Amino acid sequence: MSEMNRKEMILMEDDITRLTVHELVDKLNSNELTSEEITKAYIDRINEKEKDVNAFVTLTTDTALEKAKEMDKKRYSNNAEFSGNTKMRENLVGIPIGIKDNMCTTGVKTTCSSKMLENFVSPYNATVVDKVNDSGLISLGKLNMDEFAMGSSTEHSAMKITRNPWDLNKVPGGSSGGSAAAVASDMVPWALGSDTGGSIRQPASLCGVVGLKPTYGLVSRYGLVAFASSLDQIGPITKDVKDCAMLMNVIAGYDEKDSTSIDMPKVDYVSALKNDVKGLKIGVPKEFFGEGINEEVKDQLQKAIEIYKELGAEVEECSLNISEYALATYYIVSCAEASSNLGRFDGIRYGHRTENFSDLNELFVNSRTEGFGDEVKRRIILGTYVLSSGYYDAYYKKAQKVRTFVKKEFDKCFAKYDVLLTPTSPIPAFDIGSKSDNPLEMYLADICTVSINIANLCAISIPAGVTSDNMPVGMQLIGNRFTEATLLNTAYTFEQKTNFRDKYKPSFRREEK
Amino acid sequence: MSNEIYETVIGLEVHAELSTKTKIFCSCKTEFGAEPNTHICPICTALPGALPKLNEKVVEYAVKAGLATNCSIEQNSKNDRKNYFYPDLPKSYQISQYDKPLCNNGYIEIEDDNGNPKKIRILRIHIEEDAGKLNHSDFSGESLVDLNRAGVPLIEIVSEPDIRSSGEADRYLKKLKSILQYIEVSDCKMEEGSFRADVNISVHKPNEPFGERHELKNMNSFKSIQRAIDYEKDIQISDLENGVKVVQETMRWDDVEGRTFSMREKENAQDYRYFPEPDLIAIKLSDEYIENIKKNLPEMPESRKKRYMSDLALSEKDANALISSKAYSDIFEEAGSICKNYKAVCNWLTSDIARILNERELEPENIPFTAKDLAELVELIDNDTISSTIGKDVLEELFDNPRSPKKIIDEKGLAQISNKDEIAEVVLKVLKENEQSVADYKAGKDRALGFLVGQAMKVTKGKANPKMLNELFIEELKK
Amino acid sequence: MSVSKDELLHIAKLANLKLNDNEIDKYLKNLEDILNYAEVIENAPIDDCTETIGANDNANAFRSDIVSEFDNIDGIFEIAPSTERNMFKIPKVIQ
Repeated sequence: MSEMNRKEMILMEDDITRLTVHELVDKLNSNELTSEEITKAYIDRINEKEKDVNAFVTLTTDTALEKAKEMDKKRYSNNAEFSGNTKMRENLVGIPIGIKDNMCTTGVKTTCSSKMLENFVSPYNATVVDKVNDSGLISLGKLNMDEFAMGSSTEHSAMKITRNPWDLNKVPGGSSGGSAAAVASDMVPWALGSDTGGSIRQPASLCGVVGLKPTYGLVSRYGLVAFASSLDQIGPITKDVKDCAMLMNVIAGYDEKDSTSIDMPKVDYVSALKNDVKGLKIGVPKEFFGEGINEEVKDQLQKAIEIYKELGAEVEECSLNISEYALATYYIVSCAEASSNLGRFDGIRYGHRTENFSDLNELFVNSRTEGFGDEVKRRIILGTYVLSSGYYDAYYKKAQKVRTFVKKEFDKCFAKYDVLLTPTSPIPAFDIGSKSDNPLEMYLADICTVSINIANLCAISIPAGVTSDNMPVGMQLIGNRFTEATLLNTAYTFEQKTNFRDKYKPSFRREEK
Repeated sequence: MSNEIYETVIGLEVHAELSTKTKIFCSCKTEFGAEPNTHICPICTALPGALPKLNEKVVEYAVKAGLATNCSIEQNSKNDRKNYFYPDLPKSYQISQYDKPLCNNGYIEIEDDNGNPKKIRILRIHIEEDAGKLNHSDFSGESLVDLNRAGVPLIEIVSEPDIRSSGEADRYLKKLKSILQYIEVSDCKMEEGSFRADVNISVHKPNEPFGERHELKNMNSFKSIQRAIDYEKDIQISDLENGVKVVQETMRWDDVEGRTFSMREKENAQDYRYFPEPDLIAIKLSDEYIENIKKNLPEMPESRKKRYMSDLALSEKDANALISSKAYSDIFEEAGSICKNYKAVCNWLTSDIARILNERELEPENIPFTAKDLAELVELIDNDTISSTIGKDVLEELFDNPRSPKKIIDEKGLAQISNKDEIAEVVLKVLKENEQSVADYKAGKDRALGFLVGQAMKVTKGKANPKMLNELFIEELKK
Repeated sequence: MSVSKDELLHIAKLANLKLNDNEIDKYLKNLEDILNYAEVIENAPIDDCTETIGANDNANAFRSDIVSEFDNIDGIFEIAPSTERNMFKIPKVIQ
């Protein structure tokens, strides 16, 4: 089209950053926008909002703009390198992205928001990072998180405290709080997070965006700095469900480098979005709506249930009494694995090395004691305790049996239902500092999400509505192993009906308290 | 000495490095003696986010070892983490196997001290990764970590406490070593640390329960293992005799001082917090898989021995000597098949070659020359090119500077003199210089002939054809 | 479920961590709270449950024994806090 028309059609930058990725791709395909323009718009948005939100640990905006120009050339030269194997509508060449700071990236620091890795630059790329690069996506930076992904508020970051765009006095959730806040505040069009007990879904819920925790083994963990190896999964945090499906198409798939990755035929998650849930069987486990669940959260979920009924789904209450077992099991298993996974940070080959040591033991102890934050130490100690002789059987071994029990209970539900519907978080975003000195209370924030990791299932969190003071409430849809397609369609159909993003947006308010 | 009333109880833990091309959990080379940290990657240096992937050959080799030592194979096995901090252990845990080792309850047969057959039971064989190496810097006085060895695959073979003497321990280890070499899963080079043994030893009076045991480490030759065992046995007995209680601890053998020292480990060193390795998944072995490995096991020493005695008519003693090491047995079979004189090849291997190996403290696998060379040597003697006396010189030369025996003989002019005129010349010379002996011979003293032949050999540096020499002397003396 | 100070210090030693006095009191309390909560698994009906081992039920993820060398060993040394002659330098270890 002619320069003239193009100019007329150019949108305001704020409008550009408001767009979803699939909308951006359409504009790239129709030459309404260039990658450079999109990237520039996001950089300006970051310059405007980051000072309030603090979502980024490391910004790569300068290299991003260079890469954007490159990608524009790639896109318009008939280079088959990217578009060849991808349908045009999913040609992502030149689309920006944000990456949680626990995924290894060469040339850019990977800190896990820890003093231990303050200056760590990985000599290799995580598999997902390679996939993102191969798709022509452009990283705008590495996103803040609770140190080593241990937390539910991102207050445990050694770098900075990320704020919730809907209310800057409140937490964005965690551990992928930087990813969720960055997407919610339109500083990135979408982001990668990681989820060990709810670290994608809970911040997505608290920030009013979409977050998917894929089935264990669907996305490679190679290059994801391990918290709890048997629970960690990488997943998308996006503005809407279609973007979520598109990003899943990029990152899902077998990786020979990850022994726990599963080799199965590739699924096109976008074509799974049918906007139809007629006859779909949805179970609503009553135990997930019991005590400890905020009333406004319950109300929003009730409305959601009604909407699904209107949409023709068969919704019925069911029983699934596992939450407390699952939470206890989660903290035993995840801390045990973490205590072992974090042993490699010993100050010898990389990471923080103390300056005050006179022998090897002091090098070990002081490097670790200085490098790890309070919550990380707390979990290493708990994990070491439950594995130590005399306690292994009582805690770790028993927890692994409870894990089997939780799986069986879910299997019973999935014999009856296609999808389970629960709150994602028992409460909306809470005030910064309000839970930070009570670990157990903080752990209870994961009560609705951890059981999905314990049972290796998949689950998505999407906005169900907002509370009276305009804070988002998330709905969690749980699917059986490798039923992401069903899950995404179920979420998509609800989204199409409710149009959350058109009705609500973050206020960036900061009430003086 | 009251030794007699005590019984020594010994169990052995052997670590053998598997001869795979790559490490157990990554694709780095296992090559020995490379420049420091040239065979490392994110996995074996434990970079954040790196994940292990099990080498299929490691499982295959361990199963081979299990089958060759009469073990039952665990069809539902797994890996576990053994957690402890040490600078040569990058992950701060060793990926090993705890409660489901690949192989269980086997045995190998040895001779006890009276030459009677005895079964030594094997408790388990499991796979694990080797640690890195700590070097000392003379420059900075500090320690330096080299991770080339980190992640090299090992099998640990744990025996039951069935061994009763240093002699039995020595025969068990040599038998085990030869088995691992025969099935080609490990080169078992002690000097390269690819075959190491720790000893658990205690003493007790036969009718009483086992005593407290010491674990002995840091023995790096079969000799030092025997010495360490004998030393500890005497110490523990004299302790008991003097009412000193033996307490369970780990001892370090000092080969120079010829004694053991307590290692005084930190009290917390014990709690390894084993748990299943979550980065790896289960190892499930089908009957077909195991059967297939069983079918393709190479010929074991015992069956070679039978063959040597029945087909090649060797004595049991010789057959045993030959199969004691695969390298030995292989050279024997190859050289024999070339020169077709198995008996002669056997004699060379069991007498002179064995002697030289012993003198130079070499293992059979260190024999520098090829089976072809040995066969050629035997042929040169069989066709009278050289005498067997010269053959011994050629053999020494083969060890010093290996090359074709023919070459050696040409270069050193060792070929036998069988030219009649040449020999006649020598004979006349010797007769002229030894008139007394000639007289003695003519006076009927046949011994004189031997003396004359000896003189002639001296002159020809042993190269004269002894048969011709004899004939010519007798011919001349008859005149 | 109560944890003694000595137990905590032993655990910290196993984990190579040093705790100051405030941390000791705090972690003792945290550890007790969490372990008390964890007691719920005591009542879990798990008699007919085997342990979950690994996160999925698959088996035999093997790699073929083929050499492929890492192409960025320099990158490993660039992030090393202290090296000498291509080795990681640490205080003298007496073996």
